[in-house]
Amino acid sequence: MNNNMKDFTCPVPILEHDTIQLAHGAGGQLSSKLIETMFLPRFGNKILNDLEDQAVVPLNAGRLAISTDSFVVDPIFFPGGNIGELAVNGTVNDVAMSGAKPLYLTVGFILEEGLPMEILHRILLSMEAAAKKAGVTIITGDTKVVNHGSCDQIFINTTGIGQVPDNVNISASSLRPGDKIIISGTVADHGMAVMTSREGLSFQSRVNSDTAALNHMISKMIEVSPNIHALRDPTRGGVATTLNEFAKSSNIGIRILEGSIPILPDTRAACEVLGIDPLNVANEGKLIAAVPGEIAADMLQVIKRCEYGNNAEIIGEVIDDHPGMVTMKTALGALRIIDMPLGEQLPRIC
Amino acid sequence: MIKYLDEFRDPIVAKRILETIKNTVTQPWVIMEICGGQTHSIIRNGIDQLLPKEIELVHGPGCPVCVTPIEIIDKAMALASKPNVIFTSFGDMLRVPGSDKDLFMIKSTGADVRSVYSPLESLNIARKNPSKEVIFLAVGFETTAPGNAMAIHQASKEGITNFSELVSHVLVPPAMETLLSSPANRVQGYLAAGHVCAVMGWQEYEPIAEKYMVPIVPTGFEPVDVLEGILMVVEMLEKNDYSVKNQYLRTVRRQGNIPAQKIIQDVFEVTNQAWRGIGNIALSGLKIRQKYHHYDAAKKFSVDDIHSQESELCLSGIILQGVKKPNQCPAFGKECTPMHPLGATMVSNEGACAAYYKYQRLK
Amino acid sequence: MCLAMPGKVIKVFEENGLKMANIDYSGTINKACIEYVPEITAGEYTIIHAGFAISVINEDEAMKSFEAWQELEKRINE
Repeated sequence: MNNNMKDFTCPVPILEHDTIQLAHGAGGQLSSKLIETMFLPRFGNKILNDLEDQAVVPLNAGRLAISTDSFVVDPIFFPGGNIGELAVNGTVNDVAMSGAKPLYLTVGFILEEGLPMEILHRILLSMEAAAKKAGVTIITGDTKVVNHGSCDQIFINTTGIGQVPDNVNISASSLRPGDKIIISGTVADHGMAVMTSREGLSFQSRVNSDTAALNHMISKMIEVSPNIHALRDPTRGGVATTLNEFAKSSNIGIRILEGSIPILPDTRAACEVLGIDPLNVANEGKLIAAVPGEIAADMLQVIKRCEYGNNAEIIGEVIDDHPGMVTMKTALGALRIIDMPLGEQLPRIC
Repeated sequence: MIKYLDEFRDPIVAKRILETIKNTVTQPWVIMEICGGQTHSIIRNGIDQLLPKEIELVHGPGCPVCVTPIEIIDKAMALASKPNVIFTSFGDMLRVPGSDKDLFMIKSTGADVRSVYSPLESLNIARKNPSKEVIFLAVGFETTAPGNAMAIHQASKEGITNFSELVSHVLVPPAMETLLSSPANRVQGYLAAGHVCAVMGWQEYEPIAEKYMVPIVPTGFEPVDVLEGILMVVEMLEKNDYSVKNQYLRTVRRQGNIPAQKIIQDVFEVTNQAWRGIGNIALSGLKIRQKYHHYDAAKKFSVDDIHSQESELCLSGIILQGVKKPNQCPAFGKECTPMHPLGATMVSNEGACAAYYKYQRLK
Repeated sequence: MCLAMPGKVIKVFEENGLKMANIDYSGTINKACIEYVPEITAGEYTIIHAGFAISVINEDEAMKSFEAWQELEKRINE
């Protein structure tokens, strides 16, 4: 699971209770104790340490990118990560997909009464590491505690704020025929890691979540050219959903090639056993970019040299045909429509 | 490289077989693939786009999701709604519409509905939750019957009393005979369901091939398998060979899997069965034997009178029989879409209507 | 209703009185019940459906298929 060496050098702070109590969310002494002992040591910085009800930060002229997301993943610890780093990376990515440099995060926790402090501590350690890696500061937060049974151990909401460079205009409505579609790495790792680790399925899978912050990759991409048309991370609903969103927003067609989609052998095997289409499965450390054809090759090379980008591939292109639709040329040479999946991906036997 | 899977997806071999089919066929033929898994493979790989136009593929009724009677879905929902019940099912069944809702919607009202990968998983849930009643929706063809039977057999052996199955099993040969004896039947050759035959063998198809004068080829599921099966059927049709020949040599034997057949015999017995959209077919289903009646959810729990009502617009049955094509249904693509299905053939990802929905918009 | 996957038997064991095996699907390992292929041994390949092995893959027959495809190529090129 979490191989963070910090776990060994950074033991759980000692508190009166070893599990979360309702009083920890009530705003009084116990709440303060919780913040001081558990949260501040992890996220502490000049702004947060003031412990005001709000964070006041200076703004540059220009445009802000703001994104919010809530994280309710079950199980909260999965191969390759946990809900904490997912929350940090997920929101950093949402902000970064606009081309913005992510600067600040807010974090809201909803904790279930009875949650072991040790679990909270491990999650906070991961968030600290993820925030440091991404280069973002957690400037304000909130904690509520609900009755046992009212939430599934821990829910996290994060809001991210970033600054968009002046010369960057990335939008799902900006795709044009001739653009190439690039994916920064292998598909379906996160979703299959979570699915195969659910209780009941006795998989010994080596599939790990790909959760990762992609803002550094994106700033390198912008250095190649600010003229990136569209960027999105294919989270829930997978690559199929993101490409369909692009196709509809821009009213163009997208054609992808079956053989070009990178996938790790273990992930592929897990998909095959459960009958799940990897294009429909969530990714948490990948981006899809639509870039003008003439810069695609250079862009691909730059992505491949980034951490998290070594399996990047060009998987398709934007075309005039079938506007609003995503089609795939199969290995046999036939054409198939790739729809958005209808709902949760479930193991099937048909 | 997934061994014994990827070799059968080799596009070069597939193209070779396609070429051979083109060189072999001299007149139009109508061929049906029985199993929904084969339909799925055909659609996924675009095989029917690639075949010579002389060959018309009709998608068969081999989709247990599609043919599970609406009464069973309604009963499943009623059982799932009972207090203290954990209702378990293969994922495929959760979005199949009953008269009014589906199991997913029941789950959203607070019922404990869980998808499982195997009936043994369901049995394990029963072991771990002794104070709850665990019910498993046991649907499928002969392929799934041994596993579903084993769960009951095992529960009985271990004395687990909080486990039961709501059974709706269907058998392929009687359905094939019904299709073949219909005056509207246009199908001339059949790809038999490979995994059904892995369990049951192909002996029971020999008299059918002879009586109705149709070639029958137990076929696998990967694109090379399906194409090879089609090639074999075409070759047999071209020389009036009405027998059974096995394409799926690596997996299927003539006598099938004897231990699997034994457990089906032990736990289940043949019964008359309703096929959604087609109607009743005599001796085409399985029910739990009296000696295991404690494990029969239909007997264990009383359910208020269920009045099942199909959508009046839905033509699933006629489509399942290959008589009409999905795009000939007035509701197709309008009132009935994958987002809002009226019948099972639109819900199931191997249902003929769902498959057509993907193509129709390309034209 | 036939989604089944080929995999290699790595280890045979018993659980709750049932013959089981760990099956390797090219990296992902999952257990399956082998009551219907009770003679199967480690190293052999099988087809698993819904957690049950339903057939032992006959590797000789598979080889014959591969050879038949070579024959096909020759026929086409004639």
